Amino acid sequence: MIEAYSSLPMVASAVIYLLAMMAHAAEWAAARRPVEVPERVLVGSGGSEPAASEPEAEHRVTLFGRIGVALTVVGALAHVVGVVLRGVAADRLPWGNMYEFVTSSLAFAVVFYLVLVWRRGWTWLGLPVTLLLSVGQGLAVTVFYVAIAPLVPALHSVWFIIHIVAAAISAAAFNVGAIAAILYLIRERAERKGTVRGYLARLPKAAALDDFSFRVHRFAFPLWTFVILAGAIWADYAWGRFWGWDPKETWSLVTWVVYAAYLHARVTAGWKGVRAAWLAVLGVVTFWFNFVGVNLLTVGLHSYAGI
Amino acid sequence: MALLRLFWVQLTSMRTALLLLLTLALVAIPGSLLPQRPIAPIRVSDWKAANPAVADLYEAIGLFDVYGSPWFAAVYLLLTVSLIGCIVPRIQVYAKALRQPPPRTPKRLDRLPASVAGATALSADEALTAAEGVLRAKRFRVRREGDSVAAERGHLREFGNLLFHLSFALMLLGVAWNTLWSYKGEVIVVEGQAFSNNLTQYDDFSAGSQFKPANLQPFTIWVDTFTAKFETGEVQRGAARVFEADVRVAHGDGAPEEARIEVNHPLVVDGTQVHLIGHGYAPVVTVTDPEGNVAFSGPVVFLPQDGNFTSLGVIKAPDARPNYLGFEGFFLPTAVVDQQGPHSVFPDALAPELFVNVWTGAPREETGRPESVYSLTKDGLEQMTTDDGKVVTFRIAPGQAIDLPDGSSLSFDDWRRWTKLQVSSEPGLWLVIGAVGLAVAGMMLSMYVRPRRLWLRIVDTPDGPRVEAGGLDRAESSTGLADDVAELAASAGVEDAARTQEVGP
Ligand code: HEM
Repeated sequence: MIEAYSSLPMVASAVIYLLAMMAHAAEWAAARRPVEVPERVLVGSGGSEPAASEPEAEHRVTLFGRIGVALTVVGALAHVVGVVLRGVAADRLPWGNMYEFVTSSLAFAVVFYLVLVWRRGWTWLGLPVTLLLSVGQGLAVTVFYVAIAPLVPALHSVWFIIHIVAAAISAAAFNVGAIAAILYLIRERAERKGTVRGYLARLPKAAALDDFSFRVHRFAFPLWTFVILAGAIWADYAWGRFWGWDPKETWSLVTWVVYAAYLHARVTAGWKGVRAAWLAVLGVVTFWFNFVGVNLLTVGLHSYAGI
Repeated sequence: MALLRLFWVQLTSMRTALLLLLTLALVAIPGSLLPQRPIAPIRVSDWKAANPAVADLYEAIGLFDVYGSPWFAAVYLLLTVSLIGCIVPRIQVYAKALRQPPPRTPKRLDRLPASVAGATALSADEALTAAEGVLRAKRFRVRREGDSVAAERGHLREFGNLLFHLSFALMLLGVAWNTLWSYKGEVIVVEGQAFSNNLTQYDDFSAGSQFKPANLQPFTIWVDTFTAKFETGEVQRGAARVFEADVRVAHGDGAPEEARIEVNHPLVVDGTQVHLIGHGYAPVVTVTDPEGNVAFSGPVVFLPQDGNFTSLGVIKAPDARPNYLGFEGFFLPTAVVDQQGPHSVFPDALAPELFVNVWTGAPREETGRPESVYSLTKDGLEQMTTDDGKVVTFRIAPGQAIDLPDGSSLSFDDWRRWTKLQVSSEPGLWLVIGAVGLAVAGMMLSMYVRPRRLWLRIVDTPDGPRVEAGGLDRAESSTGLADDVAELAASAGVEDAARTQEVGP
């Protein structure tokens, strides 16, 4: 019964995020428009001031942006209600399978994003974040969905709570960090070529994006290390060995090593900047592979495997 | 020059470390995609049979045991050497830096990323003392020299960085220690039976090269009951819900104490862990030979073949006379017979049945060679047939018995559960866990501590003493430098210190 009440807001949130993404897409499109009037002066200005030449277009940009954020807030409310009800219905913390993990982790991501919008006015994250949310929630409610069931005995452990909640939070952070890294790559390229215009002009400067990406990763990396440690301790309780090169364990390590390489790259001449940002993107790819690929393609001990 | 050299050496080694890290990530991948012999030997053989074209090549380059292969070891050994080679000189540099006072005040403070200048109402000495006090209160290391104060904080950042890298090396040490001294054994124990921690009792045992049989802690475990419960609802029907073993344990020659082992709650006996890692069924049978003697009696372990515990096993009665008797067949906890033949449809024993066929032959001589209890060696045996030539197969439920054409009989008295216990000792584990914990702490310090240097100088001018203050951050992502500089200047009596400039990003 509650299960239905939990799925409904979850599905609703996926749809609302999709609408929010469309609003942000319209925002980007509207921000592009002024440039179609060839305006040499703008080219290479590189500032974060939008083209002030067309107040009406500017008005549209702001309007679509606001609609996007408002929709995201509504979506996030539905989403959080969905996650909480799922937990209530299952009578345990709602992260016992892939569906629950994705929805919980994205809930952390959307809350993090909304805090950034609220405290710092960072609406420029809107399009990529709503893209992530609508794809993620969309996949969750369609492909990953499973009905509620109690946990298998291997998951009955406090380490289950600690390990997975930390994993969900670091997942959220890695995704937001990767979004910042991708935006950095795009903006950096435009700055190098002197083609900062339209939406790109609304992004913070490349250096600031890089810095934000680093701050997010700086938070996520120790947490991810802890996730692996907690996982190893739990594995020792459950299976009597703390490390067994299970595919899931191996890919967590691969992810960890890639992010360690990212942190090293940031202090290595010739690697800082663009190449380091690519490592952050590679990191999130390995993270996702660990999550989706390993569950679906390989056989391991993790009872998450299979949907 | 020397500084440049040091810089260059560090630069190159960081780059090496970076490449080694990426290589490590890369070489760990094949092992997660191909079956690995130490984990799943049977899947390796299956895989090789299914891919004969590449099987030999893969075997030759160690792709079926990636984490034990020489090239994997080469990468992490290189990484360790690089790590240590990089960390030792840095520790020396750090130790020296700790003993050094904050660097001298630069000539031009207004060239620093943040600086402030202004007149002060205080005397030079008062201003310097006041600034020093404020800096000390903020836990800066302070050096007062002539007309200036130099301050520095944030040595903990490098400490954290060193701690992190050292802990990483420590963790590798812990893993090595554990690999050499640990052991792990598996044993199947039927309800009502006992296990003593002794090499001869294990079905399967592996240990590091430094392990000695004397390291085994002497204890005995009696498995009194094993409880298994499964999901009976619609969703995830048949999924495991509860596994518990109620046992008694005796340390050495001590008196037995009651204990319970659950998944996630291993029993720890004198530092040795005992885990439940599997379970199954053992039908209890009695074989009577044509002469009326009981040739075999007791529980027989059958091995599960699928998620519903369709279990395969053999019952051997080598003492049966005049002929050897062997039974081969299935135990089905919830038996169903349909187009697929007999199989089980639920993991719990709701409708258990035994499906068997019978092999018989001349009595065997004792060879002394150990023989698997899970398979029947069929040399010299043939399947028992009825008088009209049909092969004898039958199904029986608990409590039933069947009389065979040769006058012998098999009675299916009851069934019990067995559990597979894993006994393991991991002496290096605490070091590994501790090292990773330290590594996390070091990592946080190295990423969150912000090293900062501040300076303040009093310059005498015809209009009275004038304060110059400036600051420098040595880490990215630092904030609040301008505020610190302004505060420092204000402490020395500069009133309008807000006109701080912060240059650069
Ligand atoms: C498995 C191996 C390694 C891991 C996981 C690792 C991890 C890290 C991390 C997370 C940082 C960032 C700290 C910060 O931002 O201050 C760092 C910094 C550093 N690592 Fe490593 N490291 C490893 C191996 C090495 C090796 C082999 C070397 C030496 C060749 C090395 C040299 C350095 C140096 C010099 C820094 C300084 C960065 C700074 O001062 O900001 N690392 N390492």
